[in-house]
Amino acid sequence: MMSSTFIMIMRTIHYHWRIHLLAALLVFGSISISLGAEPSEYILSNGMKVLLVEVPKAPVATVQVWYKVGSRNEVMGRAGLSHMLEHMMFKGTARYPKGSFSRIVRKNGGIDNAFTGQDFTAYFENVAADRVGLALELEADRMQGLILDHNEFQTERDVVKEERRLRSEDDPQGALVEALFAHAFLSHPYHWPVIGWFADLDAMSLEDLQRHYDTFYSPNNATLVVVGDIKADALLPTIKRLFEPIPRGPSPKQTLTPEPDQRGERRFLLKREAQVPFVMMGFRVPNYSSEDSYALDILESILSHGKSSRLYQSLVYDQKNSLAVGAEYSVLQTDPGLFYFYSLVNPGAKVEGVEEAIQREIVRLQNEPPSEQELQRAKNQVEAARVFEQDSNFRHAMLMGQAESVGAGWRRIDQFLERIRAVTAKDIQRVAKHYLTQDNRTVGILLPLPPPPSDSAPAAAHDGKS
Amino acid sequence: MVTELRDQMRNSAAPRSIRPWSVTCMVILVLFGMCVAKPGQAADISPSRFTTPNGITILVLEQHFLPIVEIHALIKAGSAQDPPEKAGLANLVAGLLDEGTTTRSSKLLAEQIDFVGGSLGAQADEDFTTASARTLKKDIDLGFTLLADILQRPSFPKHEFERVRSQILGEITSDNDDPGHVAMKAFNQLVFQNHPYRWPVNGTEDTLGKITLADVQNFYAKEYLPNQVILTIVGDVTVEQATTLVQTYFGSWKKGVVPPRTVKKPAVIDKKIVQLIEKDLTQSTIVIGHPGISRTNPDYYAVNVMNHVLGAGGFSSRLMDTIRDKQGLAYGIMSHYDARSMPGPFWINLQTRTETTNQAITGVLAEMKTIREAPVSDQELADAKAFLMGSFPLRLDSTAKLAQVLAQVEFFGLGFEYFSQYPKWIERVTKEDVQRVAKQYLDPQRYALVVVGNMAKAKVRH
Repeated sequence: MMSSTFIMIMRTIHYHWRIHLLAALLVFGSISISLGAEPSEYILSNGMKVLLVEVPKAPVATVQVWYKVGSRNEVMGRAGLSHMLEHMMFKGTARYPKGSFSRIVRKNGGIDNAFTGQDFTAYFENVAADRVGLALELEADRMQGLILDHNEFQTERDVVKEERRLRSEDDPQGALVEALFAHAFLSHPYHWPVIGWFADLDAMSLEDLQRHYDTFYSPNNATLVVVGDIKADALLPTIKRLFEPIPRGPSPKQTLTPEPDQRGERRFLLKREAQVPFVMMGFRVPNYSSEDSYALDILESILSHGKSSRLYQSLVYDQKNSLAVGAEYSVLQTDPGLFYFYSLVNPGAKVEGVEEAIQREIVRLQNEPPSEQELQRAKNQVEAARVFEQDSNFRHAMLMGQAESVGAGWRRIDQFLERIRAVTAKDIQRVAKHYLTQDNRTVGILLPLPPPPSDSAPAAAHDGKS
Repeated sequence: MVTELRDQMRNSAAPRSIRPWSVTCMVILVLFGMCVAKPGQAADISPSRFTTPNGITILVLEQHFLPIVEIHALIKAGSAQDPPEKAGLANLVAGLLDEGTTTRSSKLLAEQIDFVGGSLGAQADEDFTTASARTLKKDIDLGFTLLADILQRPSFPKHEFERVRSQILGEITSDNDDPGHVAMKAFNQLVFQNHPYRWPVNGTEDTLGKITLADVQNFYAKEYLPNQVILTIVGDVTVEQATTLVQTYFGSWKKGVVPPRTVKKPAVIDKKIVQLIEKDLTQSTIVIGHPGISRTNPDYYAVNVMNHVLGAGGFSSRLMDTIRDKQGLAYGIMSHYDARSMPGPFWINLQTRTETTNQAITGVLAEMKTIREAPVSDQELADAKAFLMGSFPLRLDSTAKLAQVLAQVEFFGLGFEYFSQYPKWIERVTKEDVQRVAKQYLDPQRYALVVVGNMAKAKVRH
C-alpha cells in the first residue's frame, strides 16, 4: 500500500456521511501489460520537473502540481502549518482574487481541490482536455504572489479546527491513529498529525505561513503532472510560457535526522466514549529505498488483500473477533514509516484475543514461509491492481506525483514489478522475522467507555415550535 | 458533489474484506473522474441493449483502452422490499450470495477471485441490489463463472447465515461511533414514518434478530429472477463475446413471476420535528431536511440546478460560502436530493463546534428561505449550468462507474438518449424554474431536524 491513507487530508470532503477508507486505492506495482503510457519528462530552466502522459481514451485530463512540503517539513509548535497553507492557497492572488479560483474551474466544468500528507502538498484540477491551459495558468499564478490576508486566515483557521474536530477529536479511530504515530516516532516529524494540534493552530501567524510559502512554493521544489487527452509536444510550449518566468527559489533542506531505532515495545491505551474497541499495531520499517520493501509489499498483500487473505480468514471468518481487519505498508514515503495492523473489534470479543490472533499470524509467517500459491496470488493481485489503477487518469497521475515527491522517482514504479516478481517465500519469512518483532512494535488500543450518566434528556424526540 | 444517478459511491462492489471503517481521507478522489466529452457536450455513450429469452436485460459497452472487464448485475429488489419488522433482509441476502454456493464454499469463491487479483461482491440499496465481478480481460470467463454461480446457486449455509448476521449486528453497533450515521438514521425514521425508506438498508438490532434462514431463502426465491435483472458488461470485450458468455453462463436461469410492487404514498411532514441525540462530542452533527423527489420527476434537472446553487456546488455553493467561508462554522456542508424510485430524502448536513450549533442552524434555514424568496442571479444560474453540463463526462470515469450509471439509466427508464440529451435538459432550466422548484421542494417551516452532540452545551433553540 503506497498511499498514506491515514495521514493525508484534503481541503474538503464531499462525503456521504460515512467516509470509506479505500484500502485498495493505490497499490504500488508495475505495468504488466504495456499501455504505452510512459510519461515524457522535462526539466524546465527554473528546475521544475514536468511529467506528461498521453491517454487519448477520452477528451479529459487531470492537472496536478505537487510540492515537496508536508508535515515532515514543520517544526515543533507549528504542526499543521503545511495543511493550513494548503487551505490559504485558495484565498487569492492579485490576478485571481479570493473565491475566483474554484469558481473559474467549476464554471469551466472542472473540479479542483488539494490534499496534504506527511511528505507532500498537491493541488489538482480535473478538466476537459481543452481546459488544461486554464488549469495550468491558475496553478502558475498561485505558485507566486499568494495574498495572505489576516481576516481570511482567522476564518480559515476556524474551518481547519472544525476539520480537526471531525477527524480526530470526535472520531475514536482517527484519534487512535494520531496517537499511534505520536508514540512510534519520538523525534521525527511523523510524530505529529498532518492536521496539527489545536495549540499549534492557535499559535500560527501570518508570518509563519508567509515563510513556509516563500521557502517551499517554488518551481524547483515542485512537480507538474498532466495525464489525459493531451499531446506532450503541443503542451510543453504552454507550460514553458506559464512556468518558466517564475524564478528559481531557495533549495530547502529536505534531509531530516532519522528517528533512532526503537528499543522495546511501546504500548498505550486510549479511553473514550465509543461503541467498539479498535486495535492498532505498528512496526517501524524501511521505505522504498530498501531492498526489503518488495518483500514487505507482498507481505501486506498476503496478510490483507481480499477475503482469502490470512487476516480476514483468521480473525473475521474463523475466530469472528473482528468486524474489519487489515495491514498497510506505506512504501512511498520520504522517510521510513510504519507497517501497521488494525482490527475493528467485534462487540463481545476480547481485545486481548484480537491482539493474540494478530500476533499468531505474525509468528506463523516467521516460522514457515507462505505457500507458492499464496505468493503467486499476492503477485497477481499487485499486477492486476496496477492495471485497474490506470482506469483513472487521476490515480495514475497521483502515483507519479507521489513517487516524485518522496524522492523515489516515477521510474521506480516500473522497476518495482520486476522486483516484486523476484520475491521468494523465504524473503517473506526473512522480513517478517526481521521487522515484525516485539521490540520494534507500538501497540495502541482504544478502550470504549460507556456514555457518562447524563442530566440532559438522551435521545429525546419532541415536536418543536417554529 | 452532484450525483446525477444517486450516490455512486454506495453502489461500488467492494469486497467485504476491505470493509470501510474509518472516517479518514481521500474518498473524494474516487468520486472524481475523467472520461469522455467536452464541456457542454454530450457524452458519446451508446451501449448495445438486448433481452435474453429468460428475460435478462443485457447492456454491453465496449471499452478497449485497458484490458479489464466489469460485469455488473442489478437485481430490482432492495431494502424497500423488506417487511418492516424484518428490515435488513435484502441486505442480508446480498451479503450471503458469495458465502457459499452449491458448487463452491465461501472460501473457495474468495480464493478463486483473489488469485487473479479481481473482485467479487454484492450489496443491497433501497431500490435494488447489485452484484458484480471485475477482472482482467484474460480472466473474463472466471468473472462470469463466479458471478453466475453466486446469483443462481447460492446455498445459504446455516453457519454462514449466523456468522454474517452477527457480523452485520457488529457493524450496526460500530456505526454508532459515527455521529453522521447516527443522525442520518434518526432523520430517516422521522421523515419516512410508515414508509419503505424508513429503516437503514442493513436493518436494526431489533429487526435483524427476527430474520430467519427461511426468510432469506424465500426472499431469494421470490426476487432473484432473471427477468428482474439488468446485466451490464463494460470493458475490453466485444458485443459478440459478451452475448456468447451471457448465453453460456446465464442461459439456463429459469424465468419466474415478478412479485407485484405495492405503490406507497410519498412521505409527508406536516410540522417541524426535532430530535436531539446526546453524545459526548466536541461538535454537533446537524441534519435538516424533508422528503424530496423521485428520479423520474420531470423537475429533476431544475432541482439539480437549484440544489447546486444552494449547497451541492462545492466551494461555489451558497451554504459553503456563508457557513464555511464567511463564518468559519464548518469544514464541510452540503445539500442533497437522493432521487430514488419513490421520492427520496432532501437533506442538508454539517458539523459545527457545539457552541455554534444554533448559529449554524439559523444560517442553514436562512439560505433555504432565501432561495425560495428571490430568484438566483444570472451569474449563479450560468455558473451552475456550466458546471453541471461541463462536468457530466467526469462522472463516468471508470468501467465500474460506467456500468453503474448504465444500469441505473436502464433501471429508472431514462433511455440512452440521456447521455446525449443531458446538457440540453440542464441548459433549458430558467431562473423561474429554479425559484419554482425551490418553493415546491424546499420547506423551511415543515422539516425534520436532528442534532447529535453535547446537548447540555449546545442548547438547541430550534
